[in-house]
Amino acid sequence: MGAGSTAGIPANTGAAVRVTGLVVRYGALTAVDGLDLEVRPGICLGILGPNGAGKTTTIEVLEGLRDPDAGEVEVLGRTWHKDAQGIRERIGVQLQETDLQRKLTVFETLRLFQSFYRKRRDLGEILERVGLTEKKNARIDDLSGGQRQRLTLGCALVNYPELLFLDEPTTGLDPQARRRVWEIVEEFKREGGTALLTTHYMEEAERLADELVVVDRGRVVARGTPGELISALGAQSIVRYAPRSGSEVAAARLLEADFLALPGVSSLRVGADVRELVVSDTQAAVSALLQLFDSRGILLEDLSTHRPTLEDVFVSLTGKQLRDG
Amino acid sequence: MADRSALFELVRVRVLLFLREPEALFWVFVFPVIMAAALGFAFSGETAPIAKVRVLDGPDPSAAASLLQRLGADHGVNLEVEIAPFADEVAMRREISSGRVDVLVLPGDPPRLVFDGQRPEGAAGRTAVELALARTAPGAEPAGEAELAPMRERGSRYVDFLLPGLLGLNLMSTGMWVIGFALADLRQRKVLKRLLVTPMRRSSFLLSFLLARLVFLVLEVAALVLFGVFVLDVPFRANPFDFAVLSLLAAFTFAGLGLAVTARAQTLQGASGLLNFAMLPMWLLCGVFFSYERFPEALHPYLKLIPLSALNDALRATMLEGRDLFAILPELGILAAWAAGAFAVALTIFRWR
Repeated sequence: MGAGSTAGIPANTGAAVRVTGLVVRYGALTAVDGLDLEVRPGICLGILGPNGAGKTTTIEVLEGLRDPDAGEVEVLGRTWHKDAQGIRERIGVQLQETDLQRKLTVFETLRLFQSFYRKRRDLGEILERVGLTEKKNARIDDLSGGQRQRLTLGCALVNYPELLFLDEPTTGLDPQARRRVWEIVEEFKREGGTALLTTHYMEEAERLADELVVVDRGRVVARGTPGELISALGAQSIVRYAPRSGSEVAAARLLEADFLALPGVSSLRVGADVRELVVSDTQAAVSALLQLFDSRGILLEDLSTHRPTLEDVFVSLTGKQLRDG
Repeated sequence: MADRSALFELVRVRVLLFLREPEALFWVFVFPVIMAAALGFAFSGETAPIAKVRVLDGPDPSAAASLLQRLGADHGVNLEVEIAPFADEVAMRREISSGRVDVLVLPGDPPRLVFDGQRPEGAAGRTAVELALARTAPGAEPAGEAELAPMRERGSRYVDFLLPGLLGLNLMSTGMWVIGFALADLRQRKVLKRLLVTPMRRSSFLLSFLLARLVFLVLEVAALVLFGVFVLDVPFRANPFDFAVLSLLAAFTFAGLGLAVTARAQTLQGASGLLNFAMLPMWLLCGVFFSYERFPEALHPYLKLIPLSALNDALRATMLEGRDLFAILPELGILAAWAAGAFAVALTIFRWR
């Protein structure tokens, strides 16, 4: 199984994807603004970023769908203007929101995609991998969202790709359907495949990505393994509090400096409905915080702490939630 | 090797998709036959009179009665005659412009004829009425030399004119719709974009549309021609090989035009607007339902250059007159030139996404 998926990248050529100084403009808007990226063979790199950060644009450049305005791009050791067909033979692509021809069956669709490549995986094996063997003769029209997504993943796997592009592979799917997609990607990774993933879901990034880059306004603002990114936040925990309805005015009078003066508090986010402190010493910070509230006569509705997650990293880097709303 | 099989798969997919689109099947195969049937039967009435004539009852009732009797007599001219009281001028003209009456006859010496010379029925009706009056005039020689015999010979009836026109129309609209619409749909739903990241050859993809088109070409031409020959008794005098060459060229030409017209359309609505814009003038100008000879003579040289006119002329020459390829070389040349131009434009401006 999957004999071909690790072949092809001689160890000494290094990165499966290398991007330096990538710039892409749409008219006056600069979507990607000097982005650098490197994906080592055999790992899954996750690109996190708010909407409009330039994730999809970057991926489309890597897939050869878009010409960059500046910068250098190398995919599997080749460049798009020298060896486009060579790259296409060796990559697998799942685009964001791609439709297929809905009146074709699952099998017909896979057979069509398979016919484009020199190296062809057995269709029975693909159906098995993506869990659609029983749906083989169903029309795409009759598939659920999750099944369709697994089919587009199957289409991306027909040529034993060395590098798989996944642009928000599970957006809009329910949790169970999402897990089934993850299992397919994990199987691809186990066989040594390299993947580039964009996602909105922290859980997805934590589960699939070995390394992450956080992109904001067309640039990379942080990179590392999920663990590295979290520890770079310098936080032992995140403290969240909510004042009782009678104490809101008093709570709003507290200044940023009041919090930062407390022991163990390294930063804070106070917004309309977010009141969070990033703390390096949970016990000291919480006890000082409670004293501060007592001294101002502020009564609490709720107080909670949690270990920092990628979500917290993301919010502190970009000032935005990963998913809007 | 790999690429040939990709082309085969692409064609197979196009054919399957078409067969799974009941509406498309209806418009391509059933609708033209229904149209041929409706129009064919409407215009094939053998005993139809040449003109509908109305005699107007004036101040002198006997004059009107005498005209009615003369026109209705057996004089070798088949007229449908009725009498009606005199109405005002406006009402009279309305009867003519609506086609209920072709010629109005007002008693007098000589009787006055009112008709619309712009309409073929009006002009023919006038001639027929004059001939009938001349033959029944007091002291006239009995009907002799000039006969007004409607043409009933196969190959010269209206339905014979119409069927090749419908065939041409169908070749045009199927070719343009099926290709232009399908591509715009694939572009809009980003399926083209997905295909673009595979090593699929761009040329194989576009070629698959043409090849799939040919599969249906045989069926759609056969459906209409067989219906015409066996049901409407339209002659088929063409050499089958010549006819096939002509149909093939026409299919390529209109496929190219469909491709060119929708090469950049981003939405289905945009594509159908463009297709209609391109096709509607051809419906009217190119001798489908009536000959383009009806338009002012100065326009004829230009009208002949429109691809559908060239196709219709060539279809009629081969089907009805049994001409060979050599005789229709000018029309073939026009079609080939359009095909070449259309593909050149389409491939230059084609947008994959």
